[in-house]
Amino acid sequence: MNNLIVYCEIEDGIIADVSLELLTKGRSLANQLNCKLEALVIGSNLDGVEKQIFPYGADTVYTVDDPRLYPYTSIPHTSVLVHLFKEQKPQVCLMGATSIGRDLGPRVSSSLHSGLTADCTALEIGPHEDKKNNKTYENLLYQIRPAFGGNIVATIVNPECRPQMATVREGVMKKEIYDPNYKGEVVKLDPKKYVSDTDFVVEVIDRQMEKSKANIKGASIIVAGGYGMGSKENFDMLFDLAATLGAEVGASRAAVDAGFVEHDRQIGQTGVTVRPKLYIACGISGQIQHIAGMQDSSIIISINSDPNAPINTIADYVITGTVEEVVPKLIKYYKKNSK
Amino acid sequence: MSLKIVVLAKQVPDTRNVGKDAMKEDGTINRAALPAIFNPEDLNALEQALQLKEQNPGSTITLLTMGPPRAAEIIREGLFRGADGGIVLTDRAFAGADTLATSYALSCAVRKIKDYDIILGGRQAIDGDTAQVGPQVAEKLGIPQVTYAEQILKIENGKATVKRRLERGVETVTVPLPAVITVNGSADECRPRNAKLVQRYKYAKTPSEKQGLSEECLKLYEERPALNLYEWSVNDVDADLTQVGLAGSPTKVKAVQNVVFQAKESKQLTAADNEIEDLVKELIANHTIG
Repeated sequence: MNNLIVYCEIEDGIIADVSLELLTKGRSLANQLNCKLEALVIGSNLDGVEKQIFPYGADTVYTVDDPRLYPYTSIPHTSVLVHLFKEQKPQVCLMGATSIGRDLGPRVSSSLHSGLTADCTALEIGPHEDKKNNKTYENLLYQIRPAFGGNIVATIVNPECRPQMATVREGVMKKEIYDPNYKGEVVKLDPKKYVSDTDFVVEVIDRQMEKSKANIKGASIIVAGGYGMGSKENFDMLFDLAATLGAEVGASRAAVDAGFVEHDRQIGQTGVTVRPKLYIACGISGQIQHIAGMQDSSIIISINSDPNAPINTIADYVITGTVEEVVPKLIKYYKKNSK
Repeated sequence: MSLKIVVLAKQVPDTRNVGKDAMKEDGTINRAALPAIFNPEDLNALEQALQLKEQNPGSTITLLTMGPPRAAEIIREGLFRGADGGIVLTDRAFAGADTLATSYALSCAVRKIKDYDIILGGRQAIDGDTAQVGPQVAEKLGIPQVTYAEQILKIENGKATVKRRLERGVETVTVPLPAVITVNGSADECRPRNAKLVQRYKYAKTPSEKQGLSEECLKLYEERPALNLYEWSVNDVDADLTQVGLAGSPTKVKAVQNVVFQAKESKQLTAADNEIEDLVKELIANHTIG
């Protein structure tokens, strides 16, 4: 009755990182709310999946196991959540701001008429005063997110409707084991009671998934390129520098939109949030939505031909020059001095 | 098979090109400095609609937008590129809507349109980036949804085959019609304006834009129905007042903070060899690299 539920995504039997990050966050929120942390996994062949989840502090793992529930499709998964939430009446539901969570969350919220806040960057618990109706609320979920292209940060609350739903992008929250020996309860839900045959209207006829190649989230050094790199070919230079320094290559949204690199390298509010010890920004002007995703880097170097590029204001080192000139020199002098 | 296509579109401030004058000195947004544009992914959706119209002769495209009366600008923009007509859902009672109240209003308007095979829209709008309205409209209409669509491959036997672009790959699905399909920015870019269509539709107007026109002028609009854009209010779409606008929104904005990034003390370097070498040595010495 008084729980916090995390919808866990699963691919090839592995719980997604973003879901484990949300369990970690969910555990601390549940402690504050003094309620249970529960996980919901919907898919096929789920026996033993709880072993991946309990160490993050889940008190209950619900599973709904049916071959037709994997891969994900919108309506059957919506049906499970809507039915379960009507029974359990959770206070809060968290899901990843992924192509699954961002497809499922709105459909569930529409069905339950509960508020949903997309792409939160912070979640907190606090009171809320509705001055107009002279009502106060305790222990609401503050859903904090950027809006307006990142120029503002808004705190959203859902005073009346439950569950309070929020999605969070991968990499925004930290993943941390709560207790390796933590044990909760496994509750196997009968798919027949939660999904009806008529829900299976969308058919997945082909699926080409690849493991994420880039691991920019975990990289301690990131070489990132922006629209100023000019072309896909010029990005090769950044891959060379990254290989030399043991770094990963990231990019701004403008560079990804222009097709210079793959989506999974995008850094910023609409991509991944990173905190490396060194961030080398190459030809990145520094739109606010990019800065929001990398400003916590320990050291920032900006290489830009425009001395007034906005990113320079947050850089520790500003190199005014072209990327074509500076990057090969960085490679050359690193090789010369690192031996 | 001819299709009745509805394209959901939004007029948004262009948050992608926030220039120096876009932020006021006190750190608040200078909305006047941001041009109002056709939401980019809605244009991708319009292109998919135009391709479907070409492949399925006799199809029609109706643009539906919710916003202030000036949102008629994007309807005209759509007509210039090949849409057939449009509706602006506009009423003070719609103001302050969150995604749920917005999708309720849009679903009422779609119900009034009544006859539709496909509802297309952008995956998300750049002012909020929520991606919620498409799926919520689908749920309210009780029809399936396909999000993150990159291409509608074909329509056959009442089903659409759609390629989706996900974070880690692509997926192809079939969906029975009617359905809501939201289109990704990675889909084909929208074709440019067509000069002939610009000539044909440049005087297309909504009732509020026609205010103050001479009777002679208004008569011309009666003779040319294609130039009449529609405006629908809460009453026109039989919407429940408790479910629209601020009142119909379960989410409330508790606080808004303007983002101002503090300038750091930064070291200024040039591309000169000695300066780059000194920087590299410094980074190696303090164990940042190497």
